[in-house]
Amino acid sequence: MGLLERIAETLQAGEDEQVGDLTRQAIAAGLAPKEILDRGLIAGMNAVGEKFRCHEIFLPDVLLAAKAMIAGMNELKPLLVREGIPLIGRVVLGTVRGDLHDIGKNLVAVMLRGAGFEVIDLGNDVAPDRFVAAAEESGARVIGMSALLTTTMPAMQEVTRLLQERGLASRVRTIIGGAPVSADFARQIGADAYAYDGANAVERVKALMAAE
Amino acid sequence: MSGLLERIRADGVLVADGAMGTLLIARGLPAGAPPESVNLERPEVLEEIAGLYLDAGADIVQTNTFGGSPLKLAAYGLADRAEDVNRAAVTAARRAVAAARAHAGGRRAAWVAGSCGPTGRLLEPYGDTRPDEMSESFTRQLRALVEAGVDAISVETMTDLTEAVLAVRAAKLVAPRIPVFAAMTFDATPRGFFTIMGVDVARAAAGLAAAGADVVGSNCGNGIETMVAIARAFATLGARPLIVQANAGLPRLEGDAAIYPETPEFMASHAAALIAAGARVIGGCCGTTPEHIRALRHAVDRGATDAARA
Repeated sequence: MGLLERIAETLQAGEDEQVGDLTRQAIAAGLAPKEILDRGLIAGMNAVGEKFRCHEIFLPDVLLAAKAMIAGMNELKPLLVREGIPLIGRVVLGTVRGDLHDIGKNLVAVMLRGAGFEVIDLGNDVAPDRFVAAAEESGARVIGMSALLTTTMPAMQEVTRLLQERGLASRVRTIIGGAPVSADFARQIGADAYAYDGANAVERVKALMAAE
Repeated sequence: MSGLLERIRADGVLVADGAMGTLLIARGLPAGAPPESVNLERPEVLEEIAGLYLDAGADIVQTNTFGGSPLKLAAYGLADRAEDVNRAAVTAARRAVAAARAHAGGRRAAWVAGSCGPTGRLLEPYGDTRPDEMSESFTRQLRALVEAGVDAISVETMTDLTEAVLAVRAAKLVAPRIPVFAAMTFDATPRGFFTIMGVDVARAAAGLAAAGADVVGSNCGNGIETMVAIARAFATLGARPLIVQANAGLPRLEGDAAIYPETPEFMASHAAALIAAGARVIGGCCGTTPEHIRALRHAVDRGATDAARA
C-alpha cells in the first residue's frame, strides 16, 4: 500500500498520531502537499462520510477521524501556505441562535478547511446579524448555518431575510445543514443550498462559488 | 410514595406523561431559552402542565429537569443554580400530584420521576469530557432530585452507553432504593437499531441492566410503529420490564412551527403491541400532548379489562 493510501486508511481508523507521522513521511518523501491532501486526508475523510451515511460507522468514529484529519492538516498547512496554493474562498460558519449543538458544524469546518477554504467559525448560538456582519467584514461569499433543533431552525430564515433587506443576497450565498432541515426547507426560507453532510457541504459550497 | 416498582413487577402497566417543551413554548418560553429556566422563574407553569397530564390519566409525571445537570446548565451560565433548578421542578410536580390525589379523595396513586438527560458533552477520547467530571455532574443533579423527593429517576434520550451507565450508577449510589428507568434513542438502520453513537439494542439492554437500571427501553427519535419494533428487539433479548416513550412521529416544518403528525388515536392503537412486547411504562416524548396521554390511558385500561375477561 502506498503512503497516501495508508494515510487515508489510518485516518479512517481515527489514529491521529499515526496520520501526523505518515503525513510527515509523505512530505519528507517529496510528495506534493496538494496530493497528500486530496488523495490522503480528504480521500480518507470522504470514505468516513460515506460509511457514516450508510450506518456502517457511527459518530465516535467520525469524530476520531476528524481529529486525525486535523493532525494531518497541521503538518501540511505550512507547506500549502508556502507553496501559495490559492485559497478557494472564505466561508462564515456557525450554529444558529438558541442552538448549542456544534458537532456537525465542527465536522463541516474540518472538511471545508481540508478542501482549501478559510473558515470563520463563529461557534454556536450565533445571532442573525453576527452572521451577516462577519460576512461583510471578512468579504466571505458564503454563510453556512447549522441547527439540530426544530425550535431553532426558523432562526435560519432571519439570516436570509437580513441579507435580502441589506441588498447582500446576490453577493453572499447561504447554505444550511443539520438533522431537522432539508432541501425543501432551504428553498422555503430562501437559502441557496442544503448539504446533508461534510463532504456534500464542500461540493455545494464549491458550486455556490462557481455559480457567480 | 412507594410501590412504583412493585406495581410494575406485578405486571401492571403505568402511563407516563408526554412532551414538556412544546407546552412550555406555548406558555411563553422564548425560542433558544433553556426549558429549565422556567423552574426558577415560573414554577407554577410546571405545576399546571403536570396537572394537565395527571388529568389526562398519567400515573407518572416527569420533572422538567431533562437538561438539569450542571454540565448542561453551564451552557446557559446556570451551573451553580443546578440544585435550585432541580429542586423547584420536583416541588412543582409534587404539588400537582398532591392536588390530583386530593381531587380523587386520596384514592389515587401517582408518582414523580426525575428526568435526567444527556450532558450535551462528549466523553474522551472523541470528546473533551472526562468520565469523572460527567459522573460528578450527574451526582449533583440526582442528589438534588432525590432530596427534593422524586419517586423514581428517569435517565432518558441517551445515545452514548457510557454516559447512560454513568448516570444510572450515580442514581444508584445517591439513592440505592429508588427505581431507575433508563432509555436510549435509536435510529432504524438497514442493519438494525443503533444510537447515533453506535450502540445497538443488545448492548444497551445488557449495559443498562448491569449498571443497575430497573426498567430499560427507549424514548424519542421515533414514532410509535418503530418504537413497537424497538420494544420487540428488547423483548427478544429477554429484557424487561420496558419503558417506551415515542414521539408523535417525525416533525415536519409548517411555517415557523414543527408539526408532529401522529394523532392520539394512532399512537393508542399501538399500545397493546407495546404491552405485549413487555412495555410496563408507556408515555410520550416530543410532539405528544395531554390528548395523546388520555388516549394511551384508555387503551391501557381497555387492555386490562380485556385481560381480566380472558
